Amino acid sequence: MIIVKYRKIFFALTAALTAGALAMLIVFGLNIGTDFTGGSLIEIRYGAESSTERPSSEALQAALTSAGLKGVTVRGAGEDAYIVRAAPLSPEAREALPAAAGGTIERLTDVGPSIGSELRSKALIALGLVALCIMLYVAFVFRKVSKPVSSWVYGLITIVTLIHDIIVPLGAFAVFGYLWGAQVDTLFVTAILTVLGYSVHDTIVVFDRTRENLRLNQEANRKEDFELVAGRSIEQTFVRSVNTSMTTLISLGALFFLGPVATQDFALTLIIGVLAGTYSSIALATPLLVTVAKWQGKKA
Amino acid sequence: MLRYRLSASLILIFGVLLGWYVYSSQVNGTRPFRLGLDLSGGTQLLYKADISAIPPQNQEDSLNALRETIERRVNLFGVGEPIVQREKGSSIAGEGEQRLIIELPGITDSNEAIRMIGQTPVLEFRMLKDGAAPPAEGVVPPNTSELFNEAILTGRNVSRAELQFGNNTGISNEAVVVLHFDADGTKIFADATRNGVGKYFGIFLDGVPISVPVIREEIPSGTAVISGSFTPESARELVRNLNFGALPVPIELVSTQSVSGTLGGAAVKDGVMAGLIGLAAVALFMILWYRLPGFLATLALLIYVILSLTLFMLVPVTLTAAGIAAFILSIGMAVDANVLIFARMREELGKGKATDVAIRDGFARAWLSIRDSNISSIITAIILFWFGTSIIKGFALVFGLGVVLSMFTAISVSRTFLIAVGIKGESGIGKFLFGNGIKL
Repeated sequence: MIIVKYRKIFFALTAALTAGALAMLIVFGLNIGTDFTGGSLIEIRYGAESSTERPSSEALQAALTSAGLKGVTVRGAGEDAYIVRAAPLSPEAREALPAAAGGTIERLTDVGPSIGSELRSKALIALGLVALCIMLYVAFVFRKVSKPVSSWVYGLITIVTLIHDIIVPLGAFAVFGYLWGAQVDTLFVTAILTVLGYSVHDTIVVFDRTRENLRLNQEANRKEDFELVAGRSIEQTFVRSVNTSMTTLISLGALFFLGPVATQDFALTLIIGVLAGTYSSIALATPLLVTVAKWQGKKA
Repeated sequence: MLRYRLSASLILIFGVLLGWYVYSSQVNGTRPFRLGLDLSGGTQLLYKADISAIPPQNQEDSLNALRETIERRVNLFGVGEPIVQREKGSSIAGEGEQRLIIELPGITDSNEAIRMIGQTPVLEFRMLKDGAAPPAEGVVPPNTSELFNEAILTGRNVSRAELQFGNNTGISNEAVVVLHFDADGTKIFADATRNGVGKYFGIFLDGVPISVPVIREEIPSGTAVISGSFTPESARELVRNLNFGALPVPIELVSTQSVSGTLGGAAVKDGVMAGLIGLAAVALFMILWYRLPGFLATLALLIYVILSLTLFMLVPVTLTAAGIAAFILSIGMAVDANVLIFARMREELGKGKATDVAIRDGFARAWLSIRDSNISSIITAIILFWFGTSIIKGFALVFGLGVVLSMFTAISVSRTFLIAVGIKGESGIGKFLFGNGIKL
């Protein structure tokens, strides 16, 4: 299998991809959303229904600021709406808001700072917990496999691919944040955690095949180089990996293009995550397994 | 073989009936899906309860009293299906905060909602109309306005309330609440009692007549004694509320979320559209690539969709925008088990096995990796459910249900269909139908 044979090229590609995503992350940074920092998000719609003309964003910003909102930023949303972000609302600002906004307030989210920091730590804990559970789970599933690499290596490699699968969508999201102000909110964290689940799912299918081929060889008393076993396993699961990603991407594409605005960024994050997850389960996980096997072979 | 054909027919008939049931329930509105606030429109308020001043042994009781009081107020407002829930904040740094989540479907103006929650208890004195029979105390009569005149006195006329035990009624340890009216209140109360000797008046708290005494004589002193069926605690609570106009526990608003009905409605419409197109596109892909098995997998996928929707309806699962996203994602992932099985089946066919044997072996071989790989998704769903605010919980629940259900349909429904169709792989048509790749 070329991917195993030329694994160093793929490692380089993966490294470049990860480095690129990291660079984006550092250059643009992430827009941490109101969910996590505390603050308010207001969507105001103008037009025929509320018989109001959309003001210029500067005028709206000035009106809201004089109504007592702090740290107001205004961003256009389509032809007839604005999305406003501001610091958490004081009771006075909240009362004055409808008059100052002018149009119809379609959506108002106001998160206190204490809730924000609590959600933030909860998100980090959830992320760590998912990673830990998955590593333990993979080690458990592959517990009977010990030659030529021990079961915990499978778990560890799964985590390495997971790190890749998180960094890539994070980097992409940093770019989206720069381009259209996409914000890291609870939905984004959900997307990342779902990507983790999906990517492991994919990796396990490939590893499972390796496990089975190893067992069959052992039963038939056949000696086959681990590199070949691994290559064969990727080959056998390749079509399935691509096709499953295909159907997942199809439904996510429908969600992105046709679905509700509220879940558009979410769908895009998942699309990138699924692409990264599929790529890493094919071009990173098993080749890494082969490399580890080689190291251990040299040591022995 | 006959057995499998019979089961396959039964599954199909069952699927069609179930689909019809879901469809007609939605069209007739007998059992509509339960939509979250982000889809139906409404307001969610999150309050922090400050229990620092309350002794630990009373905290639980006062928080429950708080919940009940607010629920009473919200119900008084006539909102459809409001939810008032207690929640404990996560306690990473010391003691977790005590919170109250209030969900008000249909109220899209959060200011209105906040005013409603922040109301102080409403105390009213209303004279019973002539000839009306005094209603039972402690329950809201269905026809309050028919029985009682407009309020003559309210809590605003009370300058001070105090708790006393024992009264001249002879029961020495009964808890009573003594009200001291302000100047206006004193005059109104004196007039009313002078003119109304022998009549009844009702003392209402938040719309509930807590006491309906008969007037024995004029009361010029400006004090009234309420001797409802108080426990010492409830009397103390009433006194505190009247004096401070406060809830049993001080609360502070920490977050609000409101979505208008139009925005929510658009999200539902878009979500349904995305779901339908996504489903159709996945089906098309499966049929073009996997041919006959692909078609059968599509049938299984439809049954998966119908089963899920039935569950959402009957449990009921509160659907949010994130939940719909999870469902659409699950449509794409649900065929994975089928894809795995087909790939395995083809390998077995490639080894020269007969079709039915290949189907059976393919299922057996694929099962391990289906099981192992899906458990990782289930782990994620469980952790997400734990992590979740209500939006994320909606996602996690739908996602988790989707994984389990799709696993079930793949191993039972697709399998039955495949065996029931039972085309022998040796014939040319059979080879084409069970082959794969796009060949137009």
